[in-house]
Amino acid sequence: MKLLDEYRDPEKVVEYLDAIKKIVNRRHNIMEICGGQTHTIVKYGIDEIIPDKINLIHGPGCPVCVTPLEKIDKAIEIASTQNVIFCSFGDMLRVPGSKSDLLREKAKGNDVRIVYSPMDAVRIAKENPKKEIVFFAVGFETTAPPNAMAVYTANNKNINNFSVLVSHVLVPPAIKVILDSKEAQVNGFLAAGHVCTVMGYKEYENISEEYKVPIVVTGFEPMDILQGLFMCIKLLENGENKVENQYSRAVTREGNSKAKEIINEIFSVCDRKWRGIGEIKQSGYKLNSKYEKYDAEIKFGVIDYSVEEPSECICGLILQGLKKPSDCSLFGTKCTPEHPYGATMVSTEGACSAYYLYKEKKLK
Amino acid sequence: MNDDDVNIGNFSCPLPMGEYDFITMAHGGGGKIMNNLIDKMFMKTFSNNIIQQKHDGAIFEIGKQKFAFTTDSYVVNPIFFPGGDIGELAVYGTVNDLSMCGAIPLFLSLAIIMEEGFPVKDLEKIVNSIRKATDTANVKIITGDTKVVEKGKGDGIFINTSGIGIINEKIRIFPQNIKKGDLILLNGDIGRHGTAIMTSRENLDIESNIKSDCAPLNGIVKRLIDEDIEIHCLRDLTRGGLGSALNEIATQTELEIEIDGKEINVIEEVKGICEILGIDPIHIANEGRFIAFVAKDDAEKALKILRKEKVTGKYASIIGIVKDRYEKGIVTLKSITGAKRILDMLSGEQLPRIC
Repeated sequence: MKLLDEYRDPEKVVEYLDAIKKIVNRRHNIMEICGGQTHTIVKYGIDEIIPDKINLIHGPGCPVCVTPLEKIDKAIEIASTQNVIFCSFGDMLRVPGSKSDLLREKAKGNDVRIVYSPMDAVRIAKENPKKEIVFFAVGFETTAPPNAMAVYTANNKNINNFSVLVSHVLVPPAIKVILDSKEAQVNGFLAAGHVCTVMGYKEYENISEEYKVPIVVTGFEPMDILQGLFMCIKLLENGENKVENQYSRAVTREGNSKAKEIINEIFSVCDRKWRGIGEIKQSGYKLNSKYEKYDAEIKFGVIDYSVEEPSECICGLILQGLKKPSDCSLFGTKCTPEHPYGATMVSTEGACSAYYLYKEKKLK
Repeated sequence: MNDDDVNIGNFSCPLPMGEYDFITMAHGGGGKIMNNLIDKMFMKTFSNNIIQQKHDGAIFEIGKQKFAFTTDSYVVNPIFFPGGDIGELAVYGTVNDLSMCGAIPLFLSLAIIMEEGFPVKDLEKIVNSIRKATDTANVKIITGDTKVVEKGKGDGIFINTSGIGIINEKIRIFPQNIKKGDLILLNGDIGRHGTAIMTSRENLDIESNIKSDCAPLNGIVKRLIDEDIEIHCLRDLTRGGLGSALNEIATQTELEIEIDGKEINVIEEVKGICEILGIDPIHIANEGRFIAFVAKDDAEKALKILRKEKVTGKYASIIGIVKDRYEKGIVTLKSITGAKRILDMLSGEQLPRIC
């Protein structure tokens, strides 16, 4: 089986690039929402081969990046509680809270484990009935169904030593914040393919209509990005404001109804703070009251936390596409992947990290 | 000797303590954090002209004979994995470090630290595997040590081997010998060992047929040398993978190394697992792969020799070229779009992504 080679075919890259060059007449600012897309763009140098008139702006779609500082502090406090096994996806471990990170807590002897699925955490809970197992439920709509499924399963099997620290965020409210901002000049969006695999793209149609902006649901391979850009540029050049679907091999308009069902069973929409951006109304998920006993914040009494973010860090402006990583005075000096200062440097999907990894030193 | 004889007045820990108060897994991950620890603590503290070579082994002379000497500890988990075990690894890893110096490996030491309760049957299996590996690589274990620690104070078994080999006086294989225009050869596809280990760990429900590439490299290195290939430097790709090996050399030599991404081979199964986990094969560990910096005119001949190797030979390729001097060194990679980007060393460990 050739897994993804057809989406990484050098000859097709040239074909699409030519097609893009032919249709570009005006300058366009296009934002890719998802950090995975940013990573592909910078890794494959797509921003360098497309025409100068196309300016790519890197959006806020990195769940690791936008998890607020106090949530990390809460995670650290819970992880350092006796008798707790704290489970998380790998890339949350390096995210700095205000004083420490989970990797350091692990080094101090706390039981912090990398899991590949929230269901692993449920299994660990079942196997360790005398311990409290906490899973860090982070992510956009993409990870909400498995995280919901974990809570649902724990509830069904009456596993009560399991809880989740929820920090789920939603894409559409963030797009609206960006479009409402007076400074941002985004003309078109590449929507996040994986998020739309779950949610579909029906909810983007209203945004496109209301704000008069084209949105193209786009995948993550170099060919996906180039095709998504081509479609978006074509809509912009023709003055059409609608939603199109480049990622049709995975996304339908209605999304995955089973996945949405389980999300609605477990979660409801709430206001949520985003690191670097602040609170966005109705932009996250919290546990429904029926499942409150699985809420780690209540279980461990870590509800009221407020932490100031460092003022020098401009990751909030980067997350909104108002600045590029290279505009930051900390970039590459005080703030590096080894010692990240701001959230966008932590995850490989963060714009700063992608710039540092692939563009850190000026190429001759 | 009393305490007054020890002068520690001028000694201060060279590693800025503000960065890390505790050792994390990243300090052994083969990336920048580990290299920082080595440079700022060990290199500074033990500074001498031999350790400064920063090669896979130390090269030195006693009388007129040139030697290579190296040591390595093995803590792999699980200890038995598809394609090998900790014993085989402990022999081949050290043999390979000596081979990368252009040495003929001769003798190894073997130190074993076991945890109380470790099954004797497993030890037997490992010892037999060590014997088989030493026969294959044509080396002898000539000294050893055994220690047991209390239950809970070690993870089953850890092994350390040191090795010594002799180097022909004409051979000059070390980073500082790399020249502009040298071509870089890779002896096979990458990523097998790391993915074999990852998929055999119990917390990951992925089934695969991937076997570790764990193998001795002294045979193939000898064949290259015997065929008079002008080799300037060799480096095996272990922790941190191809990405770390190239970056270590670029930094040590302050050169630009340019790699062509499409020449790096990765078998489909390894690619698939890397996609699932969201990690890059270029940073994954190997145990039977190396890069050779070879004089341009000898590269095709060297490639033919590599291609003759049984299992991995068909994946051997010329992956890049050494360019001009570059302050602090840099590795660039031509991607499929034709754009050139930096191939950096990883910071710490590769951590599986959220989505």
